Amino acid sequence: MTDALDLYRSLVLIRRFEETILAEYRRGAFSGTTHTYLGQEANAVGVISNLEPDDIVVSNHRCHGHFLAYGGDPRALFGELMGRVSGVCGGRGGSQHLHWRNFYSNGILGSTLPLATGIALAEKMQGRQTITVVFAGDGALGEGSVYEALNFASLWQAPLLIVIENNHIAQTTPTDQAMADSVAGRLAAFGIPVREMDTSDVSEISSAVQPLIASVRQEQRPQALILNTARFGPHSKSDDTRPVELVDELRQTRDPLTLHGRHLKPDLKNEVEAEIGALVQAAFDQALADPPAGGVL
Amino acid sequence: MTAVLEALTSGLLRALSDDPRVVLLGEDILDPYGGAFKVTRGLSSAFPQRVLTTPVSEAGMTGLATGMALRGLRPVVEIMFGDFSTLAVDSLVNTAAKLRWMYNEQVSVPLVLRTPMGGRRGYGPTHSQSLEKLFLGIPGLKVVAASHFGDPGELLYRAILQQDDPLLFVEHKLLYGLPLVDAAAASDFTVERAGSAEIFPAYRLSMRNAPAPTLTLAAYGYMAELARQALVKLAYEREIFAELIVLTQLSPLDATPLLESVSRTGHLLTIEEGTLSAGWGAEVLARCAEVLGGQLKAARRVAAAETPVPAAAGLERSTLPDVDDILHAAETIGAQLHV
Repeated sequence: MTDALDLYRSLVLIRRFEETILAEYRRGAFSGTTHTYLGQEANAVGVISNLEPDDIVVSNHRCHGHFLAYGGDPRALFGELMGRVSGVCGGRGGSQHLHWRNFYSNGILGSTLPLATGIALAEKMQGRQTITVVFAGDGALGEGSVYEALNFASLWQAPLLIVIENNHIAQTTPTDQAMADSVAGRLAAFGIPVREMDTSDVSEISSAVQPLIASVRQEQRPQALILNTARFGPHSKSDDTRPVELVDELRQTRDPLTLHGRHLKPDLKNEVEAEIGALVQAAFDQALADPPAGGVL
Repeated sequence: MTAVLEALTSGLLRALSDDPRVVLLGEDILDPYGGAFKVTRGLSSAFPQRVLTTPVSEAGMTGLATGMALRGLRPVVEIMFGDFSTLAVDSLVNTAAKLRWMYNEQVSVPLVLRTPMGGRRGYGPTHSQSLEKLFLGIPGLKVVAASHFGDPGELLYRAILQQDDPLLFVEHKLLYGLPLVDAAAASDFTVERAGSAEIFPAYRLSMRNAPAPTLTLAAYGYMAELARQALVKLAYEREIFAELIVLTQLSPLDATPLLESVSRTGHLLTIEEGTLSAGWGAEVLARCAEVLGGQLKAARRVAAAETPVPAAAGLERSTLPDVDDILHAAETIGAQLHV
């Protein structure tokens, strides 16, 4: 169990990191594309802070928050987005394709569900006590491979925690224009127990996920957690078609930093913000100074 | 005499016996059925924990197997018909084939997809194709084709245990019943290794006591047998002396044995069962033209007509390349040769 200040530290790290990304894209420090995790920080932190060191995380295109919550190095992540030798994958993968220790991400929506199921089953077949957590968004639920994976996971009893982050929008399409019926119904159809929450409070998520993780580990079968959440930023860099007022309201009511920060002493909170602000700036500066992959800048 | 089917089954059995990391997945592969083409017969009885029957989910099982390979197992997936391999393409191309490189050489994905390709059984447009050309030239993905030259069981064993990349292992349906080529017993031709590839070797077949060949036939899989028959006929009936290069690794293509042969013969005939356009033969021909320039005097490609594979036997025969098509193409080149 991570203490309240550490949880806040992780939330602020992701927030500052992603804000830096969007700001520096505009200034040309990065090329290519990115998908920021602004607004969803409590999901990654709430879930991953409860994992054991050898547990496995499989993530998607919106993976920076998961990677940083997992303990990934911000300098290596900045470096990956800048195409530096110091990048997580030496600049080969970029924003969506990260691997470090037991963390894997891929940018093909839905492909990660079968992958994570296979990973979980391989761990089980080799007698390891690890569990696998796969993060997927509501958008991925349009892909057929997801349902093949759910069938396998339930049928073959994979020690897998499926976390669906429903931010209610897939790129620019509201989920209600793309999805029939409910997310929970889809998971339940395969006999996978579902817990659904609608919160951006990291402590609530953390408390709820603990029994799920314990159950996956002990019973060696899948569980699912649906986290209804709010995306504050664009899908990618500048493709937010939602009304500004709507996003402003989400920021007012659903900000994980505000919700969790209320429980902290103001001076400690300020201390953390200053500490993390300096850490992110230093990581950015170091990555910027690192040599480019392939020798061309 | 051992047939290709027996050799493949024994290759799988040996891989399961030698390495506890080997896992087989596929539709209907359990005993007593043992798979649609019986390649896995007996294996689920010997290794019930590691031979797993799956739902009809090619995309899902290939993705699962990729995850298993990433975490220490050596999965072998059977795709019941090669036509269904299109359902596995995303997992294979966008995940399995990319991970090692994309993750900067920090992981490996030792995954084998076995599948029967090809027609001549009357199974019609969606159960008869030779789709391996779709998988050629995908970085990170190997394509290997069994034939009855060498030991296809050993080839499969090596694909599973002696290399660490995702690999599509192509088995033509008509190979299963063919006896392995016993080169020592053959009176009219010899077979030897060509080139230096160790794991997935190439073979050179030539007529005994014949004049120096003036034509190179290039083939793989079941077409290697039709090419062998054509080679013998060309020698006895047309006095055209050819040598046949049989490749097992189709992609990435090591053209060395072909280049060496064509540099001597000057003439190339590529032979495949898939459709002509943008096929394996096109790549082989391009390589030879690039490297050999004027040493390559003439070339043709023998392949299927550019239509789906028909169900009716007569229609199917007219669509897929046969020995006569090879003879005809060889004579066309021969005519140019003798001008």
